[in-house]
Amino acid sequence: MTITENKTTNVIGTRLLRREDPPLLTGEAKFTDDLNIPGALHLAVLRSPYAHAKIKSINVSAALKIAGVIAVYTGKDLQTTWAAPLPCAWPVTKDMKNPAHYPLAIDKVNYVGDGVAAVLATNETASRDALDAIDVDYEPLQAVVDLEDALSDKNIIHNDLGTNKSYTWPLLVEDTPGCVEEAFKKAKYKVKERYVQQRLIPMAMEPRAIAAVPQPFGGDITLYSATQIPHILKVMTALTLGIPEHQVRVIAPSVGGGFGSKLNVYAEELLCMALARKHNTPVRWVEERSENAQATIQGRGQIQHIELAADENGKITAIRVRIIGDMGAYLQLVTPGVPLLGAFLYGGVYDIPKAYDFSCTSVFTNLTPTDAYRGAGRPEATFAIESAIEALAREMKIDSFELRKRNYIKKEQYPYTAFSGLVYDSGDHLTAAEKAAKLTDLAGVRKQQKKQNVPGATKLLGVGMTSYFEMCGLAPSRVLASLNYSAGGWETATVRVLPTNKVQVITGSSPHGQGHETSWSMIAAEKLGVAPEDVDVLHSDTAISALGLDTYGSRSLPVGGVAIAMACDRVIEKAKTIAAHQLECAAEDLQFVGGTFSVKGSPDRALPLAAIAFGAFTAHNLPEGCEPNLEAQVSYDPPNFSWPFGTHMCVVEVDAETGAVEILKYIAVDDCGIQINPLIVEGQVHGGVVQGIAQALFEEAVYDGDGNLKTSTLAEYLVPAACDVPPITTAHTTTPSPTNQLGVKGIGEAGTIGAAPTVINAIIDALSGLGVKSMAMPASPQTVWKTIQAARGGKK
Amino acid sequence: MIPAAFDYKRASSAAEAISLVSQYGSDAKFLAGGHSLLPLMKLRLAQPAMLIDIGRVKDLSYIKDAGKHIAIGALTRHMDVETSKVLHEHAPLLSHAAGHVGDAQVRHRGTIGGSIAHADPASDLPATTLALGATYVVQGPKGQREIAAANFYKGFLESDLAADEMLVEIRVPKMQGAGWGFQKFNRRAQDWAIVGVAAWRRKNEAGVALVNMGSTPILATSVADALAKGASVGDAAALASNEADPQSDLNASTEYRKHLASVLVRRALEDASK
Ligand SMILES: Cc1cc2nc3c(=O)[nH]c(=O)nc-3n(C[C@H](O)[C@H](O)[C@H](O)COP(=O)(O)OP(=O)(O)OC[C@H]3O[C@@H](n4cnc5c(N)ncnc54)[C@H](O)[C@@H]3O)c2cc1C
Repeated sequence: MTITENKTTNVIGTRLLRREDPPLLTGEAKFTDDLNIPGALHLAVLRSPYAHAKIKSINVSAALKIAGVIAVYTGKDLQTTWAAPLPCAWPVTKDMKNPAHYPLAIDKVNYVGDGVAAVLATNETASRDALDAIDVDYEPLQAVVDLEDALSDKNIIHNDLGTNKSYTWPLLVEDTPGCVEEAFKKAKYKVKERYVQQRLIPMAMEPRAIAAVPQPFGGDITLYSATQIPHILKVMTALTLGIPEHQVRVIAPSVGGGFGSKLNVYAEELLCMALARKHNTPVRWVEERSENAQATIQGRGQIQHIELAADENGKITAIRVRIIGDMGAYLQLVTPGVPLLGAFLYGGVYDIPKAYDFSCTSVFTNLTPTDAYRGAGRPEATFAIESAIEALAREMKIDSFELRKRNYIKKEQYPYTAFSGLVYDSGDHLTAAEKAAKLTDLAGVRKQQKKQNVPGATKLLGVGMTSYFEMCGLAPSRVLASLNYSAGGWETATVRVLPTNKVQVITGSSPHGQGHETSWSMIAAEKLGVAPEDVDVLHSDTAISALGLDTYGSRSLPVGGVAIAMACDRVIEKAKTIAAHQLECAAEDLQFVGGTFSVKGSPDRALPLAAIAFGAFTAHNLPEGCEPNLEAQVSYDPPNFSWPFGTHMCVVEVDAETGAVEILKYIAVDDCGIQINPLIVEGQVHGGVVQGIAQALFEEAVYDGDGNLKTSTLAEYLVPAACDVPPITTAHTTTPSPTNQLGVKGIGEAGTIGAAPTVINAIIDALSGLGVKSMAMPASPQTVWKTIQAARGGKK
Repeated sequence: MIPAAFDYKRASSAAEAISLVSQYGSDAKFLAGGHSLLPLMKLRLAQPAMLIDIGRVKDLSYIKDAGKHIAIGALTRHMDVETSKVLHEHAPLLSHAAGHVGDAQVRHRGTIGGSIAHADPASDLPATTLALGATYVVQGPKGQREIAAANFYKGFLESDLAADEMLVEIRVPKMQGAGWGFQKFNRRAQDWAIVGVAAWRRKNEAGVALVNMGSTPILATSVADALAKGASVGDAAALASNEADPQSDLNASTEYRKHLASVLVRRALEDASK
C-alpha cells in the first residue's frame, strides 16, 4: 500500500505549521537546565589549560574549604568507578588504535579542555569558584597540532600506542588490477588538488546539559541529557558504568540543536551518573559556551588530496583520493567512521568507472576530539569532487557546467550500480541543475560578468555551482556491518489507535529541532484518515520508546518515518479484519478511504476507523482469535540508503581591494523525493545552507602552535547571524525514492553539503581573471586579499 | 559564565556616584550599560569588588543644542544617539556611527559615556568623537574639568579619567554642513570593526579618526594635513596609517590592517566629498 495508491486525505505535502514552535517561541519548552530538581548538586569540571602535559600533582584542599563545596574528585580518585573507558562504537579496522579515554584524565592531559577534576557543590557559583581554587602542577609537553606533523610520529601523544596513527582505511575498486594507474597514464587531462577542511565547532544554540537523578528505591537512575541519542546513551552508559541496562532510563527533554555534537557519549554524562550514585543525590551540569567550544566534539578536520583522470572529452576515467583525518586527542563515539561516510562519494553524481582508489589515514592530535558534524564525511567528499571538477574544467578550458553534463549519471541509468557496488536508487541531476541555472539566470549573470569584470575593476562578479549526491538515511544494518560499525541502522515505530480514535505514535527517532512531531503526525494522519492534531507523537524517553536508534545522518524520515507508515499499515490491516467481521464481508472486499472502511461497490456498508477503534477496545465483538486493541509495532531496517541530490548555485561579488565577499543570490534546488512538509524541508535547507556558507566564509576553530583554541567565544568564532547571509531561494525537483513506500529521502544535511563548495567555486570564478585558482576556507576578507596579492605577484 | 562575587550599590545622581567611588576606592567600578564591563566580569577578566550602578542617573541622559556644540549626557544610550533629530541635523556622523554599534540589544543598553570611558580602540564612538574634535566633561570630588578628546586616550583601555572621576558630558562641535563618511569593515554585520574610519570634510578642512588601528583610537592627522595642503583624496588616504600602530589578530595582520585603513579612509573621504 503506498500513499499514492491509497490517497485517503491530503495531509502529506501541505505546509502545516510546526506544532513544536509555540512552546519554543514562548519559552514554555523545557530544556534540561530548566528542570527543577530539588536537592541537586552542581558539577563543575576543571579543564586542562595545556594541550599536552603530565599532571604532577593536584591540590584540592583550598577548593574543599569553599562554602557549599561537597566534594572534589580527580581522575585517580574515580579510576575504579568506570567499568570501561568512554566508548567508541566504530572500530573501522581490526588494528585501529584507540587510546583508553576516561571521564577525567589520570596522569596526562591531551588537549586543552581535557577534564582534570570534578567539583560537586550545593550551588553553581560555589562549584565555579572551586575551580579557581584547585591547584594543579603540570609538566607541559610538546603539543602535536599539525596533521602532517602528527603523521611523522616525531612527538607521540599516546605513548602506549607507539604511534599517532590510528588507522588506514583503503577502498580500492578496480575493474582489472592496476587500472587506476593505467587510467592516469592514459589520461588526456589530469588534475591533482589539495584541500583543507578546517575544524568547525558545531555550536548548538543550547550547550550540553545533564541531570542524573537516582530513583528512591532499588538503584534505578534517570539521566536527563541534551542529547540526540537517548537510546544509544542508555546502552552505553549502562556498559560504561556497569549498571544493569534496565535500571537506566534516559530522557532527552527539549534539545536545542545538535548538528552531530550531541551524537555522543560524554565524560560529563558519566560523571553526573557516577557521582549521583555515589552521593545518592541528583547531580546536574550545564556547559558554558567556551567549554562547549573546547570540550564538545568538533567537526571536519581533514587534509584531502584528490586526483582526477579524464579522457579527451572530459569523461572522468579514474579517481584517486588520499585523506588525512584529524581525530583529535581521543576517539569519541563514531570519530573514526566519519571519513568512511564520505569514502564512497568522491565520485559525486558522476558516471565513474571501476577505477577508484581511496584511502584515509587518521591521526591523533593534541586537540579536541572530532566526530560527526552535519553531513559527516559527505560535505568533505562533495567539496573535493566539486572543486576538483572545476579545476579539471579550467585545465580543459571549458565551462564547468558543460563538463558536469558530460559526466552526470543519466536519468535513464537509474537505478544505478555505482563503482562501489552501492545502488543509487534514483536521480535526475541534469533537470535539477538546469532548474538551478534558470533560477540563477546563469546566462544573464555571465553577460553581466563580462561587462563588470574588466581589468582594474574593484567589484568582481562570480558564479559557483555544486551538484551533490548524499548518501544518507543511515543505514542498512548489513552495510554498517561491512563497515565494522557496532550497531544496526533500523528504526522502530509504534502506532496505537486509542478508544476515542486519537492516535499515539511512538518513535525511536529523537528530534532536536527537526520537527518530527509535526511530520510524524502528518504521516499517521494521512495513513489513518485522522486529523494531524489528533495524533500525539511520543519520543526521546527510553521508558516510553524503549527501542530506537535516534536521530543523525538524515535518517529519521527515510527510516523512522517509513517505520511509522508501516506500523499504520499493520493497524489498518488489523482494523480491516475487524471491519470485515462486523460488516459480514470478506476483507478483500473492503476499501479504506478517508478513515472509513466500506464494501467496494456498496458504499453505505461502511464502518469508520473510530468505531473499530472503540470496538477493538471493548472487545465485545471481535473475530475469532483477534486480540483486543489497535496497535502495531514495527522495526524497520532499510534495504538501501536514501539518495537525495540537487544542484546549488550562487552569485558573489568580491571586493578586490578589501577581499570582502558578498553573496548576491543563493539558489538551492534539492530533490529529497516526496516532501512530507515543504515548510520543514525549506527550513532544513535554509539552516543547512547557512552552515555551509559559514564553513566557506566565516567559521574555523583556530589553534595556535601550542594547541590553544583562539576562537573559544562567539566573539571570535564567527557563527553568521541572519543579517550575514543572503536570501536563499529554495526550489526542488521530485524524484520519489523507490526504496521506501513514502518515496522519501533525507534532507537534514543536504544544504550543508551543497553550500561550501558552491560559495568557494563562485569566489574562484570571480577572481579567475586575476589568476586565482584556489581559495582556502574560511574565505575571510584577509584570506581572499592575500590570495589576490599572491596571484598578482605571480606567486602561488 | 558566573562572575566572581561583588557588592552592588545604585547611585541616583552623579554626586552620589562620585562619593561612593571615593569611599570604595580602586576596587569599585561604575556600571553604566554593562555591555563592556559585564562580559569581562563573566569571563573573570575583571573582578571589581564593588559595582556602582549609574544606569539610573536620569539627569545624565540627554542630547541638547548648546549653541556651538551639542551636549550629550554620558548615560545617553546608543539608540538615542542614533535616532536623535538634533544630532541628525548637527552631527550626523555621530548618530550614523551610533547606529553601527553592535546590534539593537547592545544599542539599547550601551551608553556613549561607557563607550568612551572604556577607551577601547575597537569601539566606534571614541574614534568618531575624536574625529569630530569633541570635548569630554568629567566630574570628580573636586568638581568638573574638560578634556579634549585628543588628550583623553592614554593607552589600551586607559584614559585620562582618575579612578574617582566620572564622565558626565560629551560636547560635540556642530558639523555645520560638513560632508562626512563612516566606514566600518567587519566580517559579520554586528561585529566590532576590524578597521573603522570616521571622517568629515569641509573644503580643505578635515577630521579623520581610525578605529582599531592601535592601542587607542587614532587621529589620522597626516591625512588631514595633506588635504589641507591640497592633496588628492587618494594621495591623502595613502597616509592613513602614519599615526597608527595596528596589532595583528585573527582577522587581520598589521599589513592587512594598514592596507584596509587606506582603502577605507579613501572611501570615507570620497563619501565626505560628495
Ligand atoms: C555583543 C556586543 C557587541 C558590541 N559591539 C560594539 C560595536 O560594534 N562597536 C562599539 O563601539 N561597541 C560595541 N559594543 C560595546 C558597547 O558599545 C558598550 O555598550 C560600550 O562599549 C560600553 O558602554 P556601557 O554603557 O555598556 O559601559 P559599561 O560596560 O557599563 O562600562 C564600561 C567601562 O566604563 C566605565 N564607565 C561607564 N560609564 C562611565 C562613566 N560615565 N564615567 C566613568 N566611567 C564609566 C565602567 O566602570 C567600565 O569600566 C558591543 C558590546 C557587546 C556586548
